[in-house]
Amino acid sequence: MRIRINGDTHEVDVDVRTSLLDLLREHLGLTGSKKGCDHGQCGACTVLINGRRINSCLTLAVMHDDDEIVTIEGLGSPAALHPLQAAFVRHDGFQCGYCTPGQICSAVGMLDEVAKGWPSLVSEPGTDAVALTDEEIRERMSGNLCRCSAYPNIVDAIRDVAGAGA
Amino acid sequence: MKTFDYRRADSPAAAVGAAAAARTRYIAGGTNLLDLMKLQIETPERLVDINRLDLHDVEDVADGGLRIGALVPNSDLAAHPAVRERYPLLSSALLAGASGQLRNKATTGGNLLQRTRCYYFYDTATRCNKRDPGSGCSAREGVNRILAVLGTSDQCIASHPSDMAVAMRALEATIVTLTPAGATRRLAIGELYRLPGDTPHIETVLEPGELITHVELPPPPPGRQLYRKVRDRASYAFALVSVAGAVAVEAGEIRAARLAFGGIGTMPWRDPAVEAALIGQAPGRPAFEAAADALLRDARGHGSNDFKLPLARRTLVACLAELTRETGR
Ligand SMILES: Cc1cc2nc3c(=O)[nH]c(=O)nc-3n(C[C@H](O)[C@H](O)[C@H](O)COP(=O)(O)OP(=O)(O)OC[C@H]3O[C@@H](n4cnc5c(N)ncnc54)[C@H](O)[C@@H]3O)c2cc1C
Ligand code: SF4
Ligand code: FES
Ligand code: FES
Repeated sequence: MRIRINGDTHEVDVDVRTSLLDLLREHLGLTGSKKGCDHGQCGACTVLINGRRINSCLTLAVMHDDDEIVTIEGLGSPAALHPLQAAFVRHDGFQCGYCTPGQICSAVGMLDEVAKGWPSLVSEPGTDAVALTDEEIRERMSGNLCRCSAYPNIVDAIRDVAGAGA
Repeated sequence: MKTFDYRRADSPAAAVGAAAAARTRYIAGGTNLLDLMKLQIETPERLVDINRLDLHDVEDVADGGLRIGALVPNSDLAAHPAVRERYPLLSSALLAGASGQLRNKATTGGNLLQRTRCYYFYDTATRCNKRDPGSGCSAREGVNRILAVLGTSDQCIASHPSDMAVAMRALEATIVTLTPAGATRRLAIGELYRLPGDTPHIETVLEPGELITHVELPPPPPGRQLYRKVRDRASYAFALVSVAGAVAVEAGEIRAARLAFGGIGTMPWRDPAVEAALIGQAPGRPAFEAAADALLRDARGHGSNDFKLPLARRTLVACLAELTRETGR
């Protein structure tokens, strides 16, 4: 099958059982996306598929030929960090760092959802322009757990970027 | 995970054809099926990938209703302007479920057919009639905090986990399918699900290989709508109790009421007696308590889920108060 990851096209031959996460980590050496639970519960494996954030542990690689995948490796480089990566460093948005790639990919997808005017459970009904309060950030990021509980700083980092970018 | 034959269908007819083989499952978002396949609770021999079928649209219907393709993701449906405007309880129920990432993948059809979160169903070292018919039910005498108090049987007390389906039950959705014989079938959502009885492993009336193509919503019910979910965490947790409600009050009387419940039933729950207890009554504590009495008249706890009886009562009463509260003019 052919799969596009971070702008590169890869020809891969995989067992049908391979999750997208295992394809990234085990076959392509893209170990930035992490495996926390392998059951959709922690968000460590979050990547962007055609711009939408999803859990890569709960989808099969074979279901994504011709899709455009972006992982943490595709967002920025050590020399040119993505604004969210820089903000996580600035605000100390991690301790062990295991959840961080998933947090950042999720935040990229989340900010795009906000830009599209998608509501969350805590949004004021009937408004299209989402005011990205801390309550909104927490609700929208609830699919990303952090065992080190760096949540306050994660919220700070995301608020910083949202305030600057939007 | 057991291996399987992977097929991709490009039309509903082709999908149903490919699913004619024994032990086949459709895969849509995969967020429930793959979870269960990893644990070998689901062991299909063939997966038919339906993601490329043309069932991704939400369309207005002439009568004022809505027709939702089975592959519309939960997040897109929640954000759809027609849903936010006319069916806000559905939008809230979707947004109360799972996480942003999961909702981006989870589909309308898959959400309806997701399986219980009973701990023992997930734990293959234990006995479970749903997973292994005839083996027994570990939950009845075990930890059943999250399980059902209505619609249960001696064989199974598993709760249905979906938030979306509860909203759709209140909205009187119709499930449209393509049968293996190639016919279109229409089922009221209440007819889709089966009570566990002696066959808890059979959860719906769908035939093997029957494909859900659409969900149709009739025009919205009159009155105010709400979806309230009570759970152990503020976000990203299944419902202990949830209420989907639409209530219309006119001249000091409840004129119309639709109420459906999650977390407490073995299927998305709706009981006409609850609504009957409200119609024609003045909004207020006596009518609300009577509705709760009607809801819980046959309810039975199993130990660690006993708390759901008072919790369901209080949640229903609070929701009814909110739905009938006079707004300042
Ligand atoms: C961590 C976690 C938390 C969650 N929290 C919640 C929650 O709070 N509330 C909630 O409601 N849900 C919750 N969910 C469940 C989630 O909503 C479901 O997994 C999802 O809706 C299933 O949709 P899917 O498209 O991924 O289904 P799939 O996994 O693709 O399919 C599920 C089943 O439906 C069948 N199927 C799918 N589409 C069709 C079709 N068109 N016709 C016939 N059969 C079909 C499949 O064969 C399979 O048996 C949670 C899930 C996880 C992993
Ligand atoms: S309640 Fe149902 S799903 Fe849970 S152990 Fe008993 S039979 Fe299995
Ligand atoms: S590894 Fe995918 S959600 Fe935990
Ligand atoms: S920084 Fe350690 S898990 Fe989040």
